[in-house]
Amino acid sequence: MIARLTTGVVRRSTVLLALLLGALVAAPWFVNDYLLTVLILILYFAYAGQAWNIMMGFAGQLSLGHAIYVGLGGYVAATLFVRFGVAPWLGLLAAIPIAAAAGAFIGFLAFRFGVAGVYFAILTIAFAEFARIGFDHWDLVNASSGLFLPVREYAHNDLWRLRGDPTMFYYVILAATVVAFALCRLLLRSRVGYFWLAIREDEQAARAAGIDTFRYKMYAVMISAAVTAFAGVFYAFFYNNLFPEQVFGISRSIGIILGPIIGGVGTLFGPILGAFVLTGLAETLNSVMTAFGLDLPGATQVFYGICLLLVVVALPDGVWPPLARRLGVAEDGK
Amino acid sequence: MTALLSLDAVSKRFRGLIAVDRVGFTVPEGAIFAVIGPNGAGKTTLFNMIAGAVAPDHGAIVFAGRPIHGLAADAICRRGIARTFQLTRPFPALSVEDNVTIGALLRRPEVGAARERAQELLHRLDLFDKRRRIASTLTLPDRKRLEVARALATEPRLLLLDEVMAGLRPTETDRMVVILRALNRESGLTILLIEHVMHAVMALAARVLVLDHGTMIAEGTPETIVHDPAVVQSYLGAEAV
Ligand SMILES: Nc1ncnc2c1ncn2[C@@H]1O[C@H](COP(=O)(O)OP(=O)(O)O)[C@@H](O)[C@H]1O
Ligand SMILES: [Mg+2]
Repeated sequence: MIARLTTGVVRRSTVLLALLLGALVAAPWFVNDYLLTVLILILYFAYAGQAWNIMMGFAGQLSLGHAIYVGLGGYVAATLFVRFGVAPWLGLLAAIPIAAAAGAFIGFLAFRFGVAGVYFAILTIAFAEFARIGFDHWDLVNASSGLFLPVREYAHNDLWRLRGDPTMFYYVILAATVVAFALCRLLLRSRVGYFWLAIREDEQAARAAGIDTFRYKMYAVMISAAVTAFAGVFYAFFYNNLFPEQVFGISRSIGIILGPIIGGVGTLFGPILGAFVLTGLAETLNSVMTAFGLDLPGATQVFYGICLLLVVVALPDGVWPPLARRLGVAEDGK
Repeated sequence: MTALLSLDAVSKRFRGLIAVDRVGFTVPEGAIFAVIGPNGAGKTTLFNMIAGAVAPDHGAIVFAGRPIHGLAADAICRRGIARTFQLTRPFPALSVEDNVTIGALLRRPEVGAARERAQELLHRLDLFDKRRRIASTLTLPDRKRLEVARALATEPRLLLLDEVMAGLRPTETDRMVVILRALNRESGLTILLIEHVMHAVMALAARVLVLDHGTMIAEGTPETIVHDPAVVQSYLGAEAV
C-alpha cells in the first residue's frame, strides 16, 4: 500500500506536499477563529471537489447534481443522531451505502439507456431536485422547516459525537481531505483508474479494448457518491442545521464543482488548489467589502463567475497543470 | 487448419443503403487474410460487425466455435478479437505508454505487469522512444502504430487491422509488414486486414477477399485475385498496383 502510494512521485512533490500538510496541521495555532472557519470551508470544498472529480475528472461523467449525495449523507447521519442518538461515525456507515445506492440508481438509469453527456448532467440535476422536493415534504426530517442538531456548550470536544469547537472540526475535515487525496491517488494508479481514464478519453475505443464501460462507470458514480456522503455528514454536524432548499439546491452542486474546474479537472491536486483559490479569494473579497461597509448581495456569485470565466479563457486545463510544471512536479501526463 | 472466424451471409443496411450484402468467408486459425475493395465497399462496416461496434441485420458470425454476432464490443474483445480504427482513436490526453498499458490491463490486472507488457509492445512497434509523448501529439504513422500496439496488448487471437498502412511511407510500410509477419509467425496470431497498399497485401496475405458495393466479387489467393477480370475492372484498374 505505502509503496503504491509513493511510487512515481517526484521527490520534490513529496516535500512540497509534506510542507503544505505541516502548515495545515500547525495552522490552528496561528490563525484566528474567523480564518479557521475559512480554512474549514476551504477544506470542505477541497474534499467534496475531490469526490466529484472521481466521476468527472477520472471517468468523464459530468454530475451537476452532486448536492444530492451531500444532502443524503447529511440527512441520514443527522436524522439518526437527532431521532435515535446514533453517533455520526455509525451514521456514516448508513449514509455511505445510501448515497452509493442513490448513485447506482441514477447511474444505472443513465448508462443502461444510453443517457450521456449533457443529458446525463441534466438527469443528475433532476434527481437532486427530486430529493429536494421529497425532503421538503418528509416529516421524519422536519420537512421544509429544517432539521436542527442540538447545540450545547461542550466542556470538552467529543470526537465520537462530532460535538465540539471549530478546531476539532478543522482537524476532522483536514484528515478527511488527506484520506480522499490518498484514495484518489490510489484509484488513479490502479486498474480501475486507468479504465476510467480510457472511458473519459474515448468510450468507444475503451470498449474496443475490452473494457466493460457500464460496470466501470457504475463504480465511478458509486465511489464518488460514497465519498461525497461524508461531506454531508460533516456539513450537518458543523453547521448544525439542514434545510432541503439549501443542501439539495443546484447552487450547492455548482459550488462543489467550481473548485476542481478552477484547479484542474482530472488532476489530483486541482480540487485542493481550486478550493484555496476560490474560497480564499471570495472570503478576501467579503472581508474587504465588510471593511468598506459595502453590502452587495450576490457579489460572491458574480466573483465566482468572473473567476470561472478567467480560468476557462486563460487556463482551460485549470490553474494546477501549468503551476505544477512551473514547480517541476507535473503529475506525469495526467 | 481449423476455422477461427467464419461469417455466413452477413448483411448490414444503413437506411436505404446496403453497406454489406450477404458476405460469407472463413479465416483459418493462424492465417493472414486480407479484405480489399474500393472506398465505400463496406470493408469497415464488415469489421465493425465482427468487432461488435455495429450489429449485423442478418447472418451469423462465429468465432472460435461460438456465435458472437450481437455481443457488445467489449465482450468480443474479451473473447479474443482486437481491432484498430481506420480513423485512429487513441486516448488523446494520455501518454503513449498509458494507452497501451490500458489495453494490457485487460489480461494483466496488475499495473506493473501491464506496463511491462506495454513496453515490450512499444519496442516491437518502434514506439518505445516516444512512450512518454501525449498520444494526441503523434504523427499519423505513429498513431497507426499505437493503434496496433494497443490492440495487441489485449492479447487477441484474431487481430483486425483497418488500413494501418494508409499514410505510411514505403519504408514504413515494409517495416509494418515485417512486424506483422513476425507476430503471425511467432505467436500464431491470426490477422484479418483491410488494406489498400497492394504490395503489402501481396506480401502478407494467404487469401484475399474483394468487396465492391457491399458484395463479394472474388475470393482467393493474391495471385488469382490480381488476375481476376472482375477485380481488375472494379478496383485494381483504377488504382496503381
Ligand atoms: N454508421 C453509418 N451510417 C450510415 N452509413 C454508413 C455508416 N457507416 C458506413 N456507412 C456507409 O456504408 C458504406 C460502406 O462504408 P464503409 O464500410 O466505411 O466502407 P469502406 O471501409 O469499404 O470504405 C458507405 O457508403 C458509407 O457511407
Ligand atoms: Mg473503411
